[in-house]
Parts: sequence; structure tokens; C-alpha cells
Amino acid sequence: MNELQYPFNVEYLIKNKKRIKKELLLKPGLLDKNIAILGGSTTSEIKNMLEIFLLNYGIKPKFYESEYNKFYEDAIYGNEELDNFNPDIIYIHTTNRNIINYPSMYDDEETIESKLNDEYQRFELIWKKLKEKFNATIIQNNFEYLYYRLLGNKDASDIHGNTNFITRLNQKFYDYANKTNNFFINDINYVSSCYGLDKWSNQFYWHMYKYAMEVPAIPYLSFNLANIIKSIYGKNKKALVLDLDNTLWGGIVGDDGVDNLSIGPEVPSGQVYLEFQKYLKYQKSLGIILNVNSKNEYENAIAGLNHPGGILRPDDFIIIKANWNPKNINIKDISEELNLGADSFVFVDDNPAERQIVKNYIDGIAVPDINVPEDYIRIIDHNGYFEITNFSSEDLQKNDLYKDNAKRSQMMATFDNYEDYLISLKMKAEISTFKNIYLERISQLSNKSNQFNLTTKRYSLADIQKINDSDSYIKIYGKLEDIFGDNGVISVVIGNIKNKNELHIDLWIMSCRVLKRNMEFAMMDKLVEKAKEKNIKTIYGYYYPTLKNKMVNNFYDLQGFELISEDEDGNKIYKLEIDNYVNKNNVIEVISDEER
Amino acid sequence: MKKDEIYERLNKVFRDIFDDDSIVVTESTTSNDIEDWDSLEHINLIVAIEQEFNMKFNMNEVTTMKNVGEMVDIIISRI
Repeated sequence: MNELQYPFNVEYLIKNKKRIKKELLLKPGLLDKNIAILGGSTTSEIKNMLEIFLLNYGIKPKFYESEYNKFYEDAIYGNEELDNFNPDIIYIHTTNRNIINYPSMYDDEETIESKLNDEYQRFELIWKKLKEKFNATIIQNNFEYLYYRLLGNKDASDIHGNTNFITRLNQKFYDYANKTNNFFINDINYVSSCYGLDKWSNQFYWHMYKYAMEVPAIPYLSFNLANIIKSIYGKNKKALVLDLDNTLWGGIVGDDGVDNLSIGPEVPSGQVYLEFQKYLKYQKSLGIILNVNSKNEYENAIAGLNHPGGILRPDDFIIIKANWNPKNINIKDISEELNLGADSFVFVDDNPAERQIVKNYIDGIAVPDINVPEDYIRIIDHNGYFEITNFSSEDLQKNDLYKDNAKRSQMMATFDNYEDYLISLKMKAEISTFKNIYLERISQLSNKSNQFNLTTKRYSLADIQKINDSDSYIKIYGKLEDIFGDNGVISVVIGNIKNKNELHIDLWIMSCRVLKRNMEFAMMDKLVEKAKEKNIKTIYGYYYPTLKNKMVNNFYDLQGFELISEDEDGNKIYKLEIDNYVNKNNVIEVISDEER
Repeated sequence: MKKDEIYERLNKVFRDIFDDDSIVVTESTTSNDIEDWDSLEHINLIVAIEQEFNMKFNMNEVTTMKNVGEMVDIIISRI
């Protein structure tokens, strides 16, 4: 929804949040999540705003809200309601109002150090207690600065300064975050500074209602928090689709000629585009896929991208559409060629008319209103499209992976027989029981995969660790490489052993990068092998339809299973007796490096 | 701005905030007359009214105003 993109019309959001919520609740396929908010000040409106931002991301939250300022008691002593709530996410909304002992001018260094440790220990105890009790992800606010400085500028550097104290306390939080899985910092220090600390700290709202920030600032806080949560559940955007003229450079390459474009360090109008190109190049290094969608002759587009003043080059992009097609058609084509849903794209174009067309025709695509060139970076950045929570080495290589895929497509065109093509790829797969080093990637994959996903069950890292430690599961991952490159971990199957000789497949996912490579058959062969080792006789498969997983509607039929039931929603149950199973894969060499 | 016009705009804000098109506010309307008007919604209402009329209430006013009539008097004195 456009009104839920940065920058916000706060007045509109406050007035219309109920109507917005009703409308968003109609969206199909919402993901249910339980979110506990443990507050050190009033949280009601934070919850309301969080709800609409999450709904907009396809997540339907159910909330537990602690009584006013009972975050500590709830965490340390617990209460029945919270215990039964079984949260997926615990958000601890504390602020500088919840720091008990600030330093005083009379304190010596040692005293201040111990005050600092006391504050920190109180929070660490909260996190540890919550981790013991719940299998949940914790999101903790850092602290915003106070709106006054008793020591003036020295408040920042002197150990007696509150500013200094908050800075050091925040650093301790970060140290904990850096060594702890499933724990994230909600950076209200940054959000309050972007918003303006004096406005943020409007004391009217504290004294009247015990809100630790002014109410009109709450959408910014809740949006920032929603971005962390949607990232955890794999709802990040994945690719940028960029216009060229007046978006990546000033001027129109077809009319003005390459030599007359504004791009490069010499003039202000060239600098602003160069900075934007640099920002995009950084995004690429984080695994965001760059593509072009421009109304241009192809040669002109390439010439513009080779302008010596710019920093983005044609080979920084995976797909370049420079033609005269409507932009929504180009986006559909890019989506098909990348095998990525267009709802994971961010479309960037200076022309409001083009933006409107794309918004109208492409469901779920993000189209920021980027305003003027000097605002492009801020508006794209503050929308948090690519919020990083779990960053895997796969992300760093993603552009290479897509590039390798483009090469495979070219090679495929040279073979008449598809199997010959597959053999020519000289594929090697590693298929084994879960290993610790891959758990993060496995969890990430379970949250990101939508299309090749039979049950669309989502697993947090904590869930995956639990399964990894349990004997009642057969859990395998698959890695695939070929002559063009290594795809990394691209498939996961989790089966639950029940009644001694039954295996129920809870999860079967595969990345769309490796569609039609027979990897699913290699996985099946290994699954059956493992099942036999555990004396399994029958494997049960489940297919639950969603808006996105039609491609695997007949998956278990292809694997030779027998359909045993189907309800009116299309949920299907299959079974397979594995006594006489015959291996199906004959194009991938499977390496197994099990420690038995 | 005429009082009538203020009431008209105010009424729209109330309807938006409480998502209820049947609301008609008068001078004597208080929080007892509108079901969802609790202390938590009160603050959203105040913020929305401030934004609608581009003015601010101070703490003293918010704590002492007794009904919509008094609220409108403050708005008139401010714009």
C-alpha cells in the first residue's frame, strides 16, 4: 500500500489506521505470527501502527502487550498469559526513560563503570530469561539520547555525561547482539535522530500519556521495527529495477547524446547521480540484483552505462531491458527470466506516470516516490526494502549466481535434447543430513522459498536448531554445483518420523535458481535411502496450496506417490511405500560426506 | 472560520478516528458518549485534531477540557 511507504503522511495514518487495517486483512495468504510487546512506557499506538505495517508485508500479528512498564517483571517472573501466548517475536520497547541510574558528577570512574554494568546486567538477565523460556526471536530497542545535555558538548565525551553513558550502554547491547543468534537491535537512536530528537522527545506526550516519544513519531518507530520482522520472515525485496534517463544520470541519452549527460564529479548535477550510482553499487555488493528497465534504444542505454563519469557498468546488471515496451511488460519479462516474483522488485523511476502504470499493473511491487535526485538515496534507503537480519555468504554471491544462470540459458539453446544439456552441465550435488554451518542458510531458505514449497512452513533459526538436535526427524539439505558455478545450499527436506515406520514430510523446498535440473529427484533418492536406514516403510507427502506454489501442485505425482486424500481447498495428502523404490536421478553425481 | 465549519471538520476527524460514520458531535459530547473513546484513543484524537486545525493544545488544556464545546473554544482561540 502506497501510504505505508516512507515518507509518511502521519496525519493520514493516524486518522485512517482502522480503515487501512480492515482493507489489509482482506489480503489472502497472510502469515500468522505471535508478537509479545514488553514495554517500559505506553505501547498501544506502537502496536496499532506495527500491525498495519506488518499486514502490509503479509504478516498477520497477534499481540500480547505487557501491562504499563512491566517489561522487567514479565520477563523475569513471567505470567501465565505470556507463557501461554507462545510468542514468535518478543519486542522489548525500552527507552532512556527506563535507565535507572545515570552517572552523577560526584561519581568516580569506578562507580560509573559499575552503574553501567548494573544497567546492562539488568537487560542481559531479561534476554537470558526470555531465551530460556521461549523459542522466540528477541528485538530490543537501543537507547535514544536525552533531549538535554547537562554538560553541554562535554556530555558526549566525559564519563559523567548522560550522552556518554547512553553511548557506552548501547555499545554493550551491540556486543551482545553480535554474539547472539535470534537477537536484533531496533535502532531507535538512529530513527530518533532522523526524525529530530527535540521533536521526538516532546515531553507533552510523556507527561500526559507516558509515551516516550511524540505520537506522530510512532509510525517511523513501528515501520523500522516492522522492517526487522519482515526481514526475519523472508519478506525482503530482492532486486532493483532501474530506469536510466534522469534516474541513473541527468538528461536523455537518446536526445542529448552520451557526451551531454550529467554524470560524474565535475558538476553538481553530475555528482548527485554519481552518488546514487555508488549507492546502488553498494547494494549490489550486498546481493541485491540490479536490472534496467528503460525506454531507449539498446545501444544508447549501453553507451550511457559506459559513460566514463559513471560507476555502474553494463555487467553490473543481470537483465537490461532497453526498448519501447510498456514498463510493466518489461517487468513481467524480467520476473520470468530471473525466476523471481515481481513482488520482490523495487522499481525506481523519476517519471511519476511510469511509476503509476507499474503500481497499477504489478501486484506487490514497491514503487517509491523518489522525488528529486538529491532525495533518491534517502527515500530508497529509509524504506528498508533490503533490511539485513541474517546475512549469509550466499547473499554476497547472489549476483554471480544469477549471472551463471544467464550463461546456462545460453548453453541450453545449443542442445536439442534436454537430458543431453543436463549431462553437459556436469552437475555435482552434496546431499547430507543437516550440518551446523548450514543451519542459518537452511532457516533463511525456509523463509524465502514461496514457489517450490510444498507446505510453506516457516522455520526460524531456533526451530531449525531444535530439529537438528532431534532424532525423530530425517533432515537433509542439498548443494548443487556445475561447470558454471556453485549454487550453494538450494534444497531442504524435513521429514518427521511417526509410529516407528512412517515418515511425514513437513517441508520440501527448493530454490527456483535450480528448477528443471532434476535436483528434486536426487533429493528424493537420498530421502528414501535415509528412510530405509531408519526402517521406514511409508512416506507421507503433503501439498498445501498457496497463491504462489502452483508449480508444485503435482510434485508428489511426479515422484510416484499415490494420492490418498484431497479436501475442497486443494490440500492433498500422498503416500509412497518405499520397498520397491527405484532411484530416479541419473544426471547429477551425488557426493555424500556423512559422518556416520 | 465559523463555528459550524469547525464542528463539521471536527466531526469528520471523529468519524475517521473511531471509524464510525454515525458519530455526530455537539457542544456537550464527552468521552462517555462514544464507545471507543478511551484514554488511548483520546491521544490519537488530540493529535488528529491538532493536525486538522494546524494548532497545538497545551497540557493544561488537555487535562481540563470537559467536553467538545470547550475543545472548540480552544480551537477558535488558536486559529
